[in-house]
Parts: sequence; structure tokens; C-alpha cells
Amino acid sequence: MDCIYVPKDKLLTFKLSEDIDDNQTDKLRRKIDNEITRFLPRKTIFDFSNVTFMDSAGIGMLLGRYKLIKMLGGELAITNANKQVEKIFELSRNIKNNSNSGG
Amino acid sequence: MLGIYDNEMKLEFASKSTNEAFARISVAAFASQLDPTIDELADIKTAVSEAVTNCIIHGYENTIGIVKIECKLKDNSIEIQISDTGKGIVDVEQAKKPLYTTKANLERSGMGFTIMESFMDEFKVESIPEIGTKITMKKYINKEKQEET
Repeated sequence: MDCIYVPKDKLLTFKLSEDIDDNQTDKLRRKIDNEITRFLPRKTIFDFSNVTFMDSAGIGMLLGRYKLIKMLGGELAITNANKQVEKIFELSRNIKNNSNSGG
Repeated sequence: MLGIYDNEMKLEFASKSTNEAFARISVAAFASQLDPTIDELADIKTAVSEAVTNCIIHGYENTIGIVKIECKLKDNSIEIQISDTGKGIVDVEQAKKPLYTTKANLERSGMGFTIMESFMDEFKVESIPEIGTKITMKKYINKEKQEET
């Protein structure tokens, strides 16, 4: 994973590159939280260009980062997710919507 | 292994999270003889990853045990059984509910069973507390292509 910070835009970009599963999330979580608390970016981007696989462990990890970023007053965006990764995001959005509307 | 299936395989490995990638890639390699689409293969990999992760973090709770995978091919389908002899699930129906997790403090999404259920065509959980858990799931390959013809 590479990390690029642009001070003038307060923009932090993580270029993720590994299969994101339960084996990787602890390591990623530590690195990402380090960078976020160090730079306090206005916007954080997770670039999925080089990610070929992610499972629900990745969703759990991203939701945790989302909470941290929100708490610090920033925004989060996800870009370039492939079809497999997008399918996981879509399912998690559907579950969330159903649980919100259906009670 | 007997002849009612077109092909079969078994895998056993230690419940270490480094084996999650090994497990899903091995099953995908075996399934590839059915000539699945990239999307179908991705669905299988994701479902296997979820099931194996469950064995490791819930079944054995990060102690070391053995995770077993059995795959059977018949016509255009693959049946995958993934089992552990870990602590089991007390209430399977509750565990299957979307977003339910016993490990929310560890940032678990609670989506594992929902992913297996929606990415595969058939899905079953059998579990006995203190004995273990067995997931059986099945996917029909090239379903869309066959329905067209």
C-alpha cells in the first residue's frame, strides 16, 4: 500500500494493492490510522485500482476508518473498485438500506 | 471417493489467516474445470474466503485447529463443504442475520453468511456447540448461458 499526501488540498490518498481479507486488515488498519491521525486530511481517498479481491473483512476495516475520518471532520471516497469489490460494496449498501427501512 | 461425482477433492490446513488466500485460490483453481465466467469464479472465491475466515476467527477463535474443505463437481455444479471442529454456533438463525456479529469490537461487518447466501445458489449451515460447524454451498456454473440455449 502506498500513501500520498497533498498538503495544499489536505488530500490523503491510499493506493491499496493487496488482496484485502482478514489476513491483511490488521496491518492495513494500523498503517492507515497512523497516516490519518498524522495528517488530519480534509479528504481521504482509497484507491482500489490494484486490488483484485476483497471480502467482508475489508468492509469491516473500511467502516472503522470511515468512523475515524468522520470523527475528525473529514470526508472519505473510494475509487476504481473492480467488479468483485464493487459487488461487495453493493451488497453492504443493500443490507444497510434494508436494516434502516425494515427495522 | 466414489464415482457418483465427476470429480472430487479434499483440502485440510491449519486455521491460520495466511491460509485464507490459499483456500480461495485452490477452490477457484479446482472450479475452473467447469469453465466458469470471471464473475462466477469471483463469487466462489468470496464465499470460500468468508467461510474459511469464520472457521478461523469464530470456530477456533484464533487458536490452531484444522479447517477442512471438500469440493465435488457434478454436471455444471460445484458443491463446497467447509468445516471446523471448533466451538460451534448456539443460534444459527441469529448468526445468519445480516450485520449480526459477536465481534463488533473487532470491526467485523457481520456480512459473512449474507455474502455466502447471495453469491452461491444453495447454502446451508449445520452447527453443534462445542462440536463444530459445517457450511455446505453449491453453485451452478454457466447458468445464464444454459438458460439462453
